[in-house]
Amino acid sequence: MTNISIDALAPERQEPSPGEPENWWRFFTFSTDHKVIGIQYIVTAFVFFLIGGFLAMVMRGELITPEADLVDRTVYNALFTMHGTLMLFMWTFPVLNGLSNYLVPLQIGARDMAFPRLNAVAFWLVPIFGVILMASFLVPGGPSQSGWWAYPPVSLQNPTGNLINGQALWLVAVALSGVSSIMGAVNIVTTIVRMRAPGMTFFKMPVFCWTVMAAQIIQLFGLPALTAGAVMLLFDLMVGTSFFDPAKGGDPVLYQHFFWFYSHPAVYVIMLPIFGVFSELFPVYARKPLFGYKVVAVSSFIITGLSGIVWVHHMFASGTPGWMRMLFMFTTMTISVPTGIKVFAWVATIWGGKLKLNTAMLFALGGMTMFVFAGITGIMLASTPVDIHVNNTYFVVGHFHYVLYGSMTMGMFAALYHWFPKMTGRMYYEGLGKLHFVLAFVGTNLNFLPMHPAGLMGMPRRVASYDPEFAFWNVLASLGGFLLGVSTLPFLLNMISSWVQGEKAPANPWRAIGLEWMVASPPPHENFDEIPTVIAEPYGYGKNEPLTAQQAALQQLASTEVA
Amino acid sequence: MNLRLILKLAAVAGILTAISLWMGQVAYSWLPPPASAEAVLVDGLFSLMTAIGTFIFCGVVGTVIYSALFQRAGKYDESDGPPIEGNLTLEVVWTAIPIVLVIWIAAASYRVYDQMSILGPMEHIHMGMGEAIAAPMDMAQGMPETAGLEPEAIEVHARQWVWEFYYPEANVTSTELHLPKDRRIKLALTSEDVLHGFYIPAFRVKQDVIPGRDIDFEFTPILEGKYRLRDSQYSGTYFAAMQADVVVESPDAYQQWLATAAKSPLKPGLNPSYDEYQRTGGDDHRPGWKTVPPAPAPMVNYVGS
Repeated sequence: MTNISIDALAPERQEPSPGEPENWWRFFTFSTDHKVIGIQYIVTAFVFFLIGGFLAMVMRGELITPEADLVDRTVYNALFTMHGTLMLFMWTFPVLNGLSNYLVPLQIGARDMAFPRLNAVAFWLVPIFGVILMASFLVPGGPSQSGWWAYPPVSLQNPTGNLINGQALWLVAVALSGVSSIMGAVNIVTTIVRMRAPGMTFFKMPVFCWTVMAAQIIQLFGLPALTAGAVMLLFDLMVGTSFFDPAKGGDPVLYQHFFWFYSHPAVYVIMLPIFGVFSELFPVYARKPLFGYKVVAVSSFIITGLSGIVWVHHMFASGTPGWMRMLFMFTTMTISVPTGIKVFAWVATIWGGKLKLNTAMLFALGGMTMFVFAGITGIMLASTPVDIHVNNTYFVVGHFHYVLYGSMTMGMFAALYHWFPKMTGRMYYEGLGKLHFVLAFVGTNLNFLPMHPAGLMGMPRRVASYDPEFAFWNVLASLGGFLLGVSTLPFLLNMISSWVQGEKAPANPWRAIGLEWMVASPPPHENFDEIPTVIAEPYGYGKNEPLTAQQAALQQLASTEVA
Repeated sequence: MNLRLILKLAAVAGILTAISLWMGQVAYSWLPPPASAEAVLVDGLFSLMTAIGTFIFCGVVGTVIYSALFQRAGKYDESDGPPIEGNLTLEVVWTAIPIVLVIWIAAASYRVYDQMSILGPMEHIHMGMGEAIAAPMDMAQGMPETAGLEPEAIEVHARQWVWEFYYPEANVTSTELHLPKDRRIKLALTSEDVLHGFYIPAFRVKQDVIPGRDIDFEFTPILEGKYRLRDSQYSGTYFAAMQADVVVESPDAYQQWLATAAKSPLKPGLNPSYDEYQRTGGDDHRPGWKTVPPAPAPMVNYVGS
């Protein structure tokens, strides 16, 4: 767990680092290189993102008319269950783990993660439980149809009576996902705490690392609850225990506590690293230091703390007593304070800067503005009386898609474009990137904005059919959904063609400040020939001060030569 | 700060306030006409939050759009912006403002919730048979009754996937929910199988129905008309079809309806999910995956339309 220099390890290292990035086969092996694992995570997650998106487009096809006519109701219910499950457990968590895996060691000046083998095991669980999840399409009775919450007793009904059924496979996959994510969290937190380069105190660490650490700590305290809940539900389903089955004296609401105790904080596991991405990108493309760096960094941990005491707001309409409703309403609203601080800091970073609106910056700006909108509807949802009306309606669906697509996925695209040259050593095509942004931004708003009025009018979520009064908003949403599907095509074309034949990228194409930009693109096997010594805060734009001792020495050398 | 800047900021704030107040008024039109006393309160709160939200959204996004339009670097401009790292005053202000707003919105929400509870507890769980569930705060105890009458008690039975209503005093069952206007309604919600959600959008009220528990739920309809009751907590295959009509009528018309219904013989009630299940092929020939079969239609005095 220390940053030993390459030479000390030389006898063990069989593959030489030069030329290694040409070997594409390494992405299909049990590699322990954090950069390979990072890309493995990102690409795997993206494949599942496409599958989940395809399911969503079939759903939007069903919802373009009020009647249940395109697919059978059981199929529709399986579609939304699998769409939600894939997008959360197979897209957001793995893709963020991929980004964190790739960037954290580079940004803190480490050669790899603290536990490289554990890292590889955590990743290889992802395709395994992904396949288990997809296999549920093939078992009799089809995949789970109980929604991604899998609330009992619906999730315990098992109409086929088979022991191996879609719901059981779903629960096994979710439990494995929990195990994988806990492994990842242990690794990332340890890496950040123990393996920072000399001189990199916490207050010299990039905000992305702060937010990743804050997010992964949520995984550590939250996931055990979800994983235990999933295993207990699996026992109820397969062995006949009665933790949650009211017919046998169990308590279905207890499951909801287990589920949301993790699954609300999970939103911050997803959003915090994206806050980190915004905090990294705005200074680069506005050419200004991050406004209020320390406050932005620390507010991540305030969010982590608060995220653990808000879960009951998902259960305002469940069997929840009045005092609980009021308490959790207040705690939920307070999260807007540290989040608001971050948003204002980003705006102040942008303000008065010298903006460069390339694809990455456009995605970051679009993601941030849609996050502001999601935050406002989030406060409305926190308010118990309003929530009692819109809870479980399309208003909620619109709200969290603004979070998960409008902010998280847009933020992820921003990150992928921004670090693409670093990861692949190639530049992406700016024109295709901007086309992707326009289609995605219009598609997102066209898809998810109409869900708000539909929900306010009283359209419940998870319905295969609906009353004709909601048809107008659903037609708009469906068109937006198809547009979002189309928007991934220029992205795929861009990523694949520029990876294959794009212009070679220099080490630092964006003139960005950060340790990851001081190594070659793509970085060599162990990242740094010599571990740098950090001497400055991370966002010194406009200050012309060296980030590392090595840089300072070089500058001094240069100036003495001139003299 | 010079006078010009202050005037500029004041002008912007004035325009934003005007837009926000307008949006707050428009917000009412996004909701169905309020048909219960609770709905009036909820709509007012929603309007307030829409106004505040509009102000924040336009303020933040307007600033970003201004920057994106007018503060771009020139094509060959490789220079950096001013190295401003923070501003303590500004940071204190923008921490304090959300705190004040949160306290304001939370207080307003609490007040509305409290008023709704005075009108009738939003939810009250009975001590179940031998169940050790602590009774939650019963806010209704000692509270004044609306119109000085006992609440009208109606039982609501939810099962996959049909709503059944039972009027114990008149001994009437129905698959359409009839309610008297301006009278407190006290529903006893029970489910025989899975979670359901009792939700009438026009009333802005919603409560999960939890198997194994009897949940009391109160509200006051104030507007005559026909509304829709929907299942709001996902309940399986025919979840979307689990709806019923809600008719709010004058107390006289309501009594008349009860009296007529009481004399009507029992017949199978409305049950769209069962009808669809049979129509599409029943147990053996339905397309799609195997489902829990819908419960047959309940026998009721009044079917509805």
